[in-house]
Amino acid sequence: MPPYTTVIGLEAHVQLLTASKLFCGCATKFGAPPNTQTCPICIGMPGVLPVMNRKAFDLGLKAAVALNCKIAAFTKWDRKNYYYPDLPKGYQISQYDLPFSSEGFLEISDPKGRFETKRVGIIRVHLEEDAGKSMHDEQAGTADSKVDLNRAGVPLLEIVSKPDMRSPLEARAYLTELKLLLTYLGVSDCNMQEGSLRVDANINLHVPAPQEKGGKIATPIVEVKNMNSFRSVERALAHEAERQFEEFQRTGQRLGQVPKQTRGWDDTKDATYAQRHKEESSDYRYFPEPDLVPVAVTEAEVESVRRALRELPAQMRSRLAKTYGITAYDAEVIVNQAQPFVDFYVDLAARCGDGKLAANWVLQDVLKVLNERGIAIDKYPVSTERLAALLARVKSGDVDTGRGREVLQLMLDQGQSADEAIAQLGIAKVDAGELRKLCEELVAANPKLVADVKGGKLQAAGAFIGQAKRKNPNVDPNRVKEVCLELIQALP
Amino acid sequence: MALSRDDVLKVSLLGRLSLTEAEQQRMTEQLGGIVDYVAQLSELDTKDVEPMAHAIEMTNVFRDDAVRESLPRQDALANAPHTDGEFYLVPAVLGE
Ligand SMILES: [Zn+2]
Repeated sequence: MPPYTTVIGLEAHVQLLTASKLFCGCATKFGAPPNTQTCPICIGMPGVLPVMNRKAFDLGLKAAVALNCKIAAFTKWDRKNYYYPDLPKGYQISQYDLPFSSEGFLEISDPKGRFETKRVGIIRVHLEEDAGKSMHDEQAGTADSKVDLNRAGVPLLEIVSKPDMRSPLEARAYLTELKLLLTYLGVSDCNMQEGSLRVDANINLHVPAPQEKGGKIATPIVEVKNMNSFRSVERALAHEAERQFEEFQRTGQRLGQVPKQTRGWDDTKDATYAQRHKEESSDYRYFPEPDLVPVAVTEAEVESVRRALRELPAQMRSRLAKTYGITAYDAEVIVNQAQPFVDFYVDLAARCGDGKLAANWVLQDVLKVLNERGIAIDKYPVSTERLAALLARVKSGDVDTGRGREVLQLMLDQGQSADEAIAQLGIAKVDAGELRKLCEELVAANPKLVADVKGGKLQAAGAFIGQAKRKNPNVDPNRVKEVCLELIQALP
Repeated sequence: MALSRDDVLKVSLLGRLSLTEAEQQRMTEQLGGIVDYVAQLSELDTKDVEPMAHAIEMTNVFRDDAVRESLPRQDALANAPHTDGEFYLVPAVLGE
């Protein structure tokens, strides 16, 4: 354990899944040629009038309700003024003093038990527009930066957490859960590579100091940016905590003694580096956006959004664990694969009537193929009906797990049904008498192995399995081992 | 109330405007005049008046989430001082 407590708050920006931008009809599609999805409204021509996209507002509302936020009865938008080449209007339409929601929470847990289940507070969730994108090609050595305004005006949800996380692992868990929640709700695809989820982190340390008021010293808060994966968030924060502790030991600087610093994360160098100091928030000179009218939301409307919410990931996990008798860990892995995977599992479990068996196969065999082939569950070649037929044969003991895998491989490769594949592999159930006879032969033929086992080397019995399989590939390896051990124990 | 020269310098920095000495002087006077004019409002007693969030008494104006045609790129870029036909070109943006 480090000699300090790490304190982390996260600010996430997620792109809402709308077809058009927040205030105009330009498409939001990712990857379009530069500057082909803009119009006079989103590139800030004079005299235009922005009008709010209803779907964007509704998606935001849904997310805020799912994040247990209070929904404001009255909300308005404000201009956040700053000059930057990717901001064509010279201001961003955002929300300042009356965001549409606040004071929520998101529960995080770790099925491996590395931290206690906790609620991370949400300070506010608000709706704003995105800026464009500027690129500078240093290699080209040109003096110019290039600006693409396709993203300008795309709807974003800003979700600001309280500084409630106490380790980089908790920060990662929060992001994983947030992404899962928002993708389940269809609010955002949260694709970090395409920029539809962006994360900034505020981090500082509480160093124990019994002589101080409150028993601790807080180090200056640093904002960390440019983290482009959940893994890099975790690494950047771990690195930054160490750097701050080293700096604190060297300088003794405390919160409030230096201005807030912004540091970027460099994935290739595995280090954070200092960036320009953040402008004071009062410098943004917010004022109410005169071109947009406020939005009023009634309690009845919030209630109907709440009632219409589908089952959320956390509820789904506990339901799967309860209904199918699987572990919290298995339920977590299944739910974290997103909805179609859960549907596949639930269907399979219902068809084969054994939730644990279905979970084992889905998490080991199905997931492995999806990862190897880089496909989603809807492209998995074997239907739940056919897979359930195989699991039924495994459950009845006709086919052991190892041979079952061979059967599934054949089903995957050649599109056969379970019965066809079982027939092709010549798998037939070996009856108990036949198995015993085979084991007796093996024990008689291997005095050296028998002596080893007798001498206490029980694992030597494993060698009987290979031999048995060569004589009859259908034997159940576990049974072979059991029967051989039994026979050997019975020997004088 | 009058505006100070420092206020003007700060606002011009935020607005990315570089003012000459003479302009700073003139702006301090002119902007100061505007601020003083508006400041007359603070003479009113607003103790029991609810703050007004917006000048228009209308709420909930929405549009449907429908895609409309965007500008052809050449039109979008037409007013830009510098382009390469695909992007706007601006003085180097570094350090982000
Ligand atoms: Zn537009």
